[in-house]
Amino acid sequence: MNEKIDLSAYKGFWVFAEQRNGVLMNVALELLGAGRGLADTLGVPLSAVLLGSGTDEMTKQLIHFGADKVYVVDHPLLKQYQTNAYTKALVSVIEKYKPEILLFGATILGRDLAPRVATRLQIGLSADCVQLAIDEEKHLLEQTKPAFGGNVMATIVIPNHRPQMATIRPNVMKRLEPQTSRTGEIIKVDDVSLQADDLCTKIIDIVQETESAVNIQEAKIIVAGGFGLGKPENFGLLKELADLLGGAVGASRAAVDADWIPSYHLVGQTGKTVQPKLYIACGISGCIQHIVGMQSSETIIAINKDPKAPIFNIATYGIVGDVTEIVPALTKTFREKLGK
Amino acid sequence: MVGMRIIVCIKQVPDTDQMKFDKETYSLIRDGVPFVINPFDENALESALQIKEQHGGEVIVISMGVPQVAESLRHAIGMGADRAILLSDRRFALADTLATSYTLATAIKKIGDFDLVLFGKQSVDSDTGQVGPSVAELLDVPQITYAGKIEITDGKLIAERMLEGYSEIVESPMPAVISVVREINKPRHPSLKGVLKAKKAEIPIWTPDDIDADPDRIGKNGSATAVTGTFTPSLKGKNEILEGSPEEIAEMLFSKLREQNLI
Repeated sequence: MNEKIDLSAYKGFWVFAEQRNGVLMNVALELLGAGRGLADTLGVPLSAVLLGSGTDEMTKQLIHFGADKVYVVDHPLLKQYQTNAYTKALVSVIEKYKPEILLFGATILGRDLAPRVATRLQIGLSADCVQLAIDEEKHLLEQTKPAFGGNVMATIVIPNHRPQMATIRPNVMKRLEPQTSRTGEIIKVDDVSLQADDLCTKIIDIVQETESAVNIQEAKIIVAGGFGLGKPENFGLLKELADLLGGAVGASRAAVDADWIPSYHLVGQTGKTVQPKLYIACGISGCIQHIVGMQSSETIIAINKDPKAPIFNIATYGIVGDVTEIVPALTKTFREKLGK
Repeated sequence: MVGMRIIVCIKQVPDTDQMKFDKETYSLIRDGVPFVINPFDENALESALQIKEQHGGEVIVISMGVPQVAESLRHAIGMGADRAILLSDRRFALADTLATSYTLATAIKKIGDFDLVLFGKQSVDSDTGQVGPSVAELLDVPQITYAGKIEITDGKLIAERMLEGYSEIVESPMPAVISVVREINKPRHPSLKGVLKAKKAEIPIWTPDDIDADPDRIGKNGSATAVTGTFTPSLKGKNEILEGSPEEIAEMLFSKLREQNLI
């Protein structure tokens, strides 16, 4: 765009401290962990911006986890996230204090809020970044994100707009060890005018999902099944192994499309991206759709009848064989060894 | 107009189902891959068609892209959309989400009054999910993102938003922008009648002049983000094949996983 803004008027590294029901999301602490070193490189303070109602405890926690400053808008209308109210509040804080960088977690909330804020301010926003670096001289945030479902990584910068904004994928950045002795500055922003009319939409109910809807994105171990299981009942074998290991059950598109298992178990491009410590792919051939959703798992075990299945290419350990024989053997042996 | 006017924004993307790995580099081979409607956008279109079936009105599909995107728009007409508009011009090229959203919003304003604008939750090739909220901002209307259910009664919109592990039932006035998740429905296939209609359909091509676009807000000029480089991470695994009876394999695997503190 042609209009030039005075870039030097924008200073400081900020992270959006996402909270739900008065509890900070993990990703907020992860962003502080990532931002701490980058802010030091730039020689600027690391700040969190927190919107909510009844925020005192969270404010302290943000400082313990690395924030030098916390900008707080505490207002009854911000108790629960609502797009318009949060956009209005956050935009006015940004306009007043002018950070040069602002990171959001790439959660459902972050992905709802960040683009609305970016567009109101007519600035750039990159999505779902997994790696960050700083160009010290130009004060540019280098944002690396997967494109084409993760097979190509692209590095993006926002040269002429401030703040530079990005959403960051949860579970990627490392949070710092909390230090309860850390102190910081709390800036209460109380000149944000919010009225009930600003809300526009209204949450009329919250529906908690049932126990079976384990959040596979949080699981450390995932046992996933595909069409090679042969029949839906064989997901029971996977569940047994997953339960034993304290993990969750995942599924490939083929298994979901065949209605063998509900789609919230779906791992892959059209489902969820996961990166557990251990991913056990059972009867999954490994088409690209699936692989892009689980390739960042630390250790991958592939079990498949077909020795040519592409899943073996990305596996740490491969087992050529029938899932219905291998998985029960794993469950049995692991159970004995673990003494459960 | 009787009934509702629903505008569906679609993006043409490479059919990732057809993508293969290069056996040497384990990178994606994109050459020769056919293009399809972004899968989530098909869900948005299906939602629009269902709302029209219930409440009457018209479904208009728009897209920004190269001339070949007309094929995807024809597919949308085949599925049941009433008409389609293609935004295509060199000046639109290399747009990021900010410039794309401006272009779509400007075209929507040109179309006129609307009740709903529908999007898929994100595209499968760039995965940002930003254009829906951004268009909502430019149109100054509420946004309902990640909708898994949409109901319209007495001019009021009630939707279920799918969040991490729970959902929210949200009430919103209209007009509004909605983005939908995959689970909301199963998109229909084009009907025979639809395909015939699509073949004959005229798809107007709008340029920046047709929508009175500000040249500084479209394409590369209107983009705030710049890609400075790309690289391909290797997908190759350690690839150790374990052999033996199921019991022997289980023993081997257990000690390997124990060693790495995985179980």
